[in-house]
Amino acid sequence: MSSTIPYIIIGVSVLFIIGIKLLASPKTARIGNLVAAAGMLIALLILHKTNGEYVWSQGWSFNYTLIAIGTVIGLIIGAIGAYSVKMTSMPQMVALFNGVGGGAAALVASLEFTKPAGDKSAFIAAAMLFATLIGSLSFSGSAIAYLKLEGKFEKPHTFPGQNILNGLILLVILGLCGWLTFNATGGNATMAFIVMFSLSLFFGVAMVMPIGGADMPVVISMLNSFTGLAVAADGFAINNLAMVVAGTLVGSSGTLLTLLMCKAMNRPVTNVLFGAFGSSGGAGAAGASDLAGKTVKSIQADEAALLLSYAQQVVIVPGYGMAVAQAQHQVRELSDELGKRGIEVRFAIHPVAGRMPGHMNVLLAEANVPYDQLVEMEAINPTMDRVDVCLVIGANDVVNPAAREDKTSPIYGMPIIDADRAKTVIVMKRSMAAGFAGIENLLFYKDNTRMLFGDAKASLTALIAAVKAS
Amino acid sequence: MDTNVLFIFILSIFLGFEVISKVPSMLHTPLMSGTNAIHGIILFGGILVLADAATPLARTLGFIAVVFGSANVFGGFMVTDRMLQMFKKKKK
Repeated sequence: MSSTIPYIIIGVSVLFIIGIKLLASPKTARIGNLVAAAGMLIALLILHKTNGEYVWSQGWSFNYTLIAIGTVIGLIIGAIGAYSVKMTSMPQMVALFNGVGGGAAALVASLEFTKPAGDKSAFIAAAMLFATLIGSLSFSGSAIAYLKLEGKFEKPHTFPGQNILNGLILLVILGLCGWLTFNATGGNATMAFIVMFSLSLFFGVAMVMPIGGADMPVVISMLNSFTGLAVAADGFAINNLAMVVAGTLVGSSGTLLTLLMCKAMNRPVTNVLFGAFGSSGGAGAAGASDLAGKTVKSIQADEAALLLSYAQQVVIVPGYGMAVAQAQHQVRELSDELGKRGIEVRFAIHPVAGRMPGHMNVLLAEANVPYDQLVEMEAINPTMDRVDVCLVIGANDVVNPAAREDKTSPIYGMPIIDADRAKTVIVMKRSMAAGFAGIENLLFYKDNTRMLFGDAKASLTALIAAVKAS
Repeated sequence: MDTNVLFIFILSIFLGFEVISKVPSMLHTPLMSGTNAIHGIILFGGILVLADAATPLARTLGFIAVVFGSANVFGGFMVTDRMLQMFKKKKK
């Protein structure tokens, strides 16, 4: 290995760290992504084998032709996926890219483990087994997360004793890994390894199946950090420092992001993974009976337009309903129309609105809403008392005052946007169906709330026309 | 085993926690997508095992690993860039 290579690897690691750091601010995020990509390209160009041979200058063999073809195929698949996906389907795309990464990590570790020659000391063997277990789990788990976000078996699938059965499978996997760590060679080892690999794939499915579709963002974030750790373990196994650094950074930052997402929903991560939250209808039903005597007040588009055009301060709370209706462009048009009349329009973004943190920001950015108009929950709540009209578009659980008021509610304690404190609340919704958490929304029954029923896109179009006419 | 690698590993764990602790939630999706692309470095692992593959089975699995890793790294960076190019300030 040439003596300059370690210095270049240090430089690459710095580029990854700076890249992630720049990704943390809206102004520099795009550059941050490019910095990380540049680091990746440099690391690829200087790639060395474990024995110190430079990868790109040895004799060209059939294997290299396969490497070139495989890389190009992956590039084409990645590019088609990245540029054809709709902004509303972004979470699915991240799940898919994460899944293939996990699959690759598992395959790399498997090939290293089953190679006849090579270092099989307990530490290295353990790293390979860890990468296989976590990588394959991430692969199958991401596939299920993708399908759930696509609307296939969205509901949690549970049966009695499920957590116990999953625990037993995990115990068997860990037992096999423990045995293989010290018995890495021989015929039995290959057999045990194949069983371990298959069980890990199955465990990924069994682990994600009982989790409701609403919690998929947390699951994807967790699997993302898992894949990072698997890649780091692969880095140990094949002695590639760049892989160790990159994988570990993703693993730890992904773990923190997962915890932040759970915190935004005020639920411990264990509750998300083992609670099968969406399946328990009991608490929601109890809440509904309290509301039996109350009614909701509906409103028509022209009346809503009147309220909006005489307001001074308007706050728009977007939610998953806006994403489903693809109504982000109409939302922007309405906001511009109100802005022309001197009305101050702000967007209140709940950390878990939509199907992923930041999902709403991405959609609104696609519709050219400037990001300085987007305000986070903590910043907007203290100002909600001065807001004349709060327009809730397809958001539900994140504006449910039950989180503040009803101690029996399953979402009690979750931070919410205090939409109900605005002078008037207009809720755009398709029907009275409950939100993703499956519980009644007290907001709809408040005296200052008006319901504007219908598809968000159609309602907004009517609203824009009415505002223009007024 | 080289303890230096372990040392770097431990420091990287803390660094990972440190760099993202101050991210506004609006950037969580791009950040997840961006870090997702960074673990696409597994492409290198795929290249290294495929370069040394000796049996048809190892070639097949190595080839799949390269395709997967390549899709992860290229697709990941491209989809993140596509998301981020939309974060623009309003031009008046």
